[in-house]
Amino acid sequence: MSIGPTRVPPGDAALVPDTAGTSCTHCGLAVAPRDVRAGEPAQFCCAGCRTAHEIITAAGLGRYYEFDERRREAVVPASADHAAFDHPTFHELYVTHGPGGTSTVQLHLEGVHCASCVWLVERIPLVLDGVLRAELDVTRALATVTWDAARVPLSRIAANLEALGYRPHPFRGLKAEAMRQAEDRAMLVNIGVSGAIATNVMLLAIALYSGFTSRAGTLEPVFETGFRWLSLVLTAVSVAWPGRVFFRTAFQALRQRTVHVDVPIALALGAGFVRGAMNTVTDSGPIYLDGVALLIFLLLVGRFFQQRAQRAAVDSTELLHSLAPASAHLVDGDAERDVPAEALLPGMVVAVRANETIPADGTVRSGVSVVDLSLLTGESRPEPVAPGDLVYAGTLNLGAPLTVHVERAGEATRVGTLLREVAAGAARRAPTVAYANRVGGWFVWLVLALAAITYVVWRQLDPAHALDAAIAFLVVTCPCALALGTPLAITVAIGRAAKQGILVKGGDALERLATPGTIVLDKTGTLTQGRMALAAWQGDDDARALALALERETAHPIAAAFVAAWPGLAAPPARDVEHVLGGGVRGTVDGHRVIVGSPRFVLGEGVAVPDWVTAPLPDAALTPVLIAVDGAAVARAGIGDPLRPEAAAAVRALERRGWRVRVLSGDDPAVVRRVGAQLGLADGDVQGGVTPERKLAVIEALARTEEPVVMVGDGVNDAAAIARASVGVGVKGGAEACMAAADVFLSAPGLVPLVQLVDGSARTLRTIRRCLWVSLFYNLIGAVLAMTGLINPMLAAILMPISSVSVVLAAWKSRTFDAPEVRA
Amino acid sequence: MMVIWIVLPLALVIVSAAVWGYVWASRSGQFDDTTTPAMRAVFDDER
Repeated sequence: MSIGPTRVPPGDAALVPDTAGTSCTHCGLAVAPRDVRAGEPAQFCCAGCRTAHEIITAAGLGRYYEFDERRREAVVPASADHAAFDHPTFHELYVTHGPGGTSTVQLHLEGVHCASCVWLVERIPLVLDGVLRAELDVTRALATVTWDAARVPLSRIAANLEALGYRPHPFRGLKAEAMRQAEDRAMLVNIGVSGAIATNVMLLAIALYSGFTSRAGTLEPVFETGFRWLSLVLTAVSVAWPGRVFFRTAFQALRQRTVHVDVPIALALGAGFVRGAMNTVTDSGPIYLDGVALLIFLLLVGRFFQQRAQRAAVDSTELLHSLAPASAHLVDGDAERDVPAEALLPGMVVAVRANETIPADGTVRSGVSVVDLSLLTGESRPEPVAPGDLVYAGTLNLGAPLTVHVERAGEATRVGTLLREVAAGAARRAPTVAYANRVGGWFVWLVLALAAITYVVWRQLDPAHALDAAIAFLVVTCPCALALGTPLAITVAIGRAAKQGILVKGGDALERLATPGTIVLDKTGTLTQGRMALAAWQGDDDARALALALERETAHPIAAAFVAAWPGLAAPPARDVEHVLGGGVRGTVDGHRVIVGSPRFVLGEGVAVPDWVTAPLPDAALTPVLIAVDGAAVARAGIGDPLRPEAAAAVRALERRGWRVRVLSGDDPAVVRRVGAQLGLADGDVQGGVTPERKLAVIEALARTEEPVVMVGDGVNDAAAIARASVGVGVKGGAEACMAAADVFLSAPGLVPLVQLVDGSARTLRTIRRCLWVSLFYNLIGAVLAMTGLINPMLAAILMPISSVSVVLAAWKSRTFDAPEVRA
Repeated sequence: MMVIWIVLPLALVIVSAAVWGYVWASRSGQFDDTTTPAMRAVFDDER
């Protein structure tokens, strides 16, 4: 990234690499020939980019176009206005007030990528008078905006961000934020302090060891005593300040009567320090203090990796969490105003425009439309609604505008109840028994038993050295590499998985995915594309252009399937187009009278129908659509939600790896059976017509007998089941609730990432095992030396870093998620 | 070798000063965001 030293006038098209035709001055994408305006220096691919460019140049921020690296994405502003940002409820929830009438809000911005975004967003104060400061954290896409509410409303700031291409959402994680910050800072302080002490104690130790080993005895006794005392003082600080975290967790584990890797760690640290202190005071024997100080530092570094891994995944899901419908159009007499969805109460009336999400549960008061229930129920066919019908929050209004009488809002809605199930499911999930902790369990007992044996045996042989030998054993077998290797291997795996578009929230999910069990797949949106497509066509091919001409005029999802099916087909213009809701569409095309719609509707129009048109479609899962021209049905189309092309191959790949694959869907049982047959699954493993509540029950029943049970889904209807499963996986394009509940989120489309995830998890567990063996091997050497009394503090001081370094290397070199080798 | 009695306390003072500085920086949030400030530094010239 660099900014050219010379000022190039903004709007100079030469700045943008132009490979094919004209490219957009703002975003650099190609400009369609019909949008090129001859004679103008600046060309735009869309109105959004034009507006953004105007704002930028009007504020004198033309330097934005000098960045080499800019977002290559057209600006698509939402039709919604931003009045909800000014509502008192919004301010109560998200805005904090500073001195002098200033207000501060944290906003999640969509589309933030690189330095040019930081530059532009932080120059909002120059664009809008009254904005005092804007700061962007680019990794988390989180902007902190401070403004003077008396001079500019927040809605205008939001509108400006939107116009520049950064859609703002209120940041909902405000409460957790302070805690997270305190945790992060405390961790950094601990690592820094323990690192500084460890290096200094080791410097002293080098002097001590060289004095020990040299025959001439170069270290004078007075210095030796002094250095030992200084080591003691420094190590005491390290144990009491950064090291206290280990004692705390070990104490907690003991109080809950469980063992934890922190128990032997705390024991080794405590015993090593106490014995070191005693030997310092009595001026005899080894002190082990350098080992203790170094242990604290290395163990904290291991813990730091662990925390980082969890953070990275939380960050990536945080944004998704902020994307819920934030505002609703409240109908107030004749006027409409935008309020935050949180401010809705039963009895209010809201307007829901076409292609908007319904903000609350209620009954339709006016308007007829079709509603996409797929996120809530998994039903792939849109449902028609008319006045008096129930509609649910979280579903999508596809057709015409509706007004809805709110009956339940917020937490009381069906979605809200499901979300509570999600939270409960996550809490109910069995406590994670991570592999390292399991190993740690018997490791702890083994170490304690062997230490006791060492002490008892040495007491018989040489009572004066018995305690030292036992403590040397404890220090040398301290599971440092164990505590460092596992989190590092998982961190590396999570980082590499993220690069492949697989976002993993916790290492335990990877460990559970490593052994094959049952995978339960949702159908709509997971196995299928989640949208209607033309799957079959019978009859007259010439009718295609006529049907397309009519369907182009309609916003219905079935119409979209026609438009998507024949992108290159030229269609004549249609006249007198009439929509019949829940039936079809009729009009005049090229002098012909054309009717397209459901068989019931077309037959009702009194057209001649040949026999083959009324026969069942070859594929029972498809919805038939008839095309009639001039009073006779001439063609029939089959519309359905098609399987993803790679679905069958992915299912086979999973089965080859030993997984049992099942399908659980809310869609029509006939459709689901058909999909199961296409995937080659047994009928008993495929279940359709399952309500969200039933899905949860099925997963619970499976989880009682099998381990692990993996639930893969995309909708709110899957969320409770995802939260209950041993591993929940959310797929791209899914609902927010589903993302919140999932342990793993696949941000690349399709099922190939799922196979990658399973393979990568198996490799990660192998890496963890390798790290464990390496560290156990070093511990074994150390243990044998300590038990036979051959250990001396210097040997321990050399052995420990070598074991840590080799484990770190083993974890680092692991090829967990590197090679996406998915063969069909 | 008596110089050690001067050098050693001096070294300790310097180390504690560095540690104090680091602790202050961590606690005041200097390491909260380690990506954006590096980008900001490149274009801070005109403000």
